[in-house]
Amino acid sequence: MEEALRQQFVKTVQDFTAMTGIYLPDDVEARLREMHQQEKIENAKTMYECMLTDLSLAKELHRPLCQDTGVIQYFVEVGTEFPYQAEIPEVLVEACRAATLQTPLRPNVVEPLAEHNTGDNTGYGAPYIEYELVPGSSDLRLRMYMAGGGCSLPGRSKVLMPLEGVEGIKKFVYQTILDWGANACPPLCVGIGLGTCAATSAMLSKKALLRPIGTHSTYPAVAKLEDEIRDGLNSLGIAPLGFGGSQTVLGVNIEAAAHHPATLGVGISTGCWATRRGDMIIHKDLSSEILSHRKSLEV
Amino acid sequence: MKKILTTPISYDQIKDLRIGDTVYLTGMLATCRDSGHRRVVKEKILPENFEFKDGAIFHAGPIVGKDENGKQYMVSVGPTTSRRMESAEADFIEQTGLRLIIGKGGMLEKTTEACKKFGAIHCAFPGGCAVVAAQEVEELVGVEWMDLGMPEALWIMKVKEFGPLIVSIDTQGNNLFDNNKKIFQERFEKLL
Ligand code: SF4
Repeated sequence: MEEALRQQFVKTVQDFTAMTGIYLPDDVEARLREMHQQEKIENAKTMYECMLTDLSLAKELHRPLCQDTGVIQYFVEVGTEFPYQAEIPEVLVEACRAATLQTPLRPNVVEPLAEHNTGDNTGYGAPYIEYELVPGSSDLRLRMYMAGGGCSLPGRSKVLMPLEGVEGIKKFVYQTILDWGANACPPLCVGIGLGTCAATSAMLSKKALLRPIGTHSTYPAVAKLEDEIRDGLNSLGIAPLGFGGSQTVLGVNIEAAAHHPATLGVGISTGCWATRRGDMIIHKDLSSEILSHRKSLEV
Repeated sequence: MKKILTTPISYDQIKDLRIGDTVYLTGMLATCRDSGHRRVVKEKILPENFEFKDGAIFHAGPIVGKDENGKQYMVSVGPTTSRRMESAEADFIEQTGLRLIIGKGGMLEKTTEACKKFGAIHCAFPGGCAVVAAQEVEELVGVEWMDLGMPEALWIMKVKEFGPLIVSIDTQGNNLFDNNKKIFQERFEKLL
């Protein structure tokens, strides 16, 4: 790969990474504004106003909207015809480092066990990168997520007894949000994974979290459960920010996979009101399209 | 009318505040989180240029930038989860005479008792609203304990009408988030 092209590749991912820290994706911002409108309790409304002020200040001053820009996670779908496959890992690490130093993002990453801060959000296994192959495509689809501390804390995964059934799933989710939700800067995005073991359920819950708010599972019974859990969580009224109001969540998404008859794995991943995720496509000529932030980039 | 606390904070300034009240802070404020608490409480080390007595700390790890002239400024500085500091906060209050703790979410029993006993309060700043907070920092005065890294260092700020701060623990031993937790728990039980 030519050096000029390589730099263009890095810059594209760097700008995308920085943008994700400064602007909320369209779906999150729209739902936050809707919740502000729907809120009846005066003090709670004030909290939503503070969040909306924060969003406009971040845009205006071009600064990360929350100081915790998290640990950067990239989820990459690599088209088998994309010409620069071998460069991807290094480009992502370089883009993460450049975005951290130049935006600036907060350097969060500490090396495993040593707790030494590397200063640029790269390190052993950081940024976190996951790859998937897409046969026949010549595009690179890049999703990224900023995993903040507070909003990652509620995350957990557990294997239930199948007899606990749907009620068991709901109870586990409600209990988790009850115990940990108030500190995770609600309203929350809740991703739930249903699978066989703790690991796959956790992975599916992350996948669910990466899906835009308001979309539903293509599996009808699962889609129905998404709405039921959303309504159940909202009736707790934990948002905004644990001060208490009329709702709790921005949305609830579930990703499910057929599972072993003897286990019922449930994973939970949560994002805060400042759920920062980005979604973009890089074509084989390195031109790119941002899918997640069309509205917020207009202004 | 805005209720504004100014440093040094006397007991009189905070004694009539109750949980749920909204206040603002004008004066000096320092960030102090996990490692900073360990340093003060366990290692008994105090900063050289910041006074905790009758003072205020902010559970926060900021992003600090440099302007064209190389001067550091607050880019983004929202609160971090106060509960993480629970094991150290009561001793912190007792040892230093701190009056105001600002953070995210609530704190637990030991801190609540210490607030009552030694005359201090905990307030919650709206989590995530980090640019709002940065805009209320008039001046970044200095930094100590940079060896702990940017998020954990003690950043000393001059703030103006810093808030909104919602009183979450008052001097009477009331705890807002504790009360809320009971309400949420009751609703949860109805759900099952
Ligand atoms: S939970 Fe989210 S909004 Fe709150 S401090 Fe963490 S990253 Fe920021």
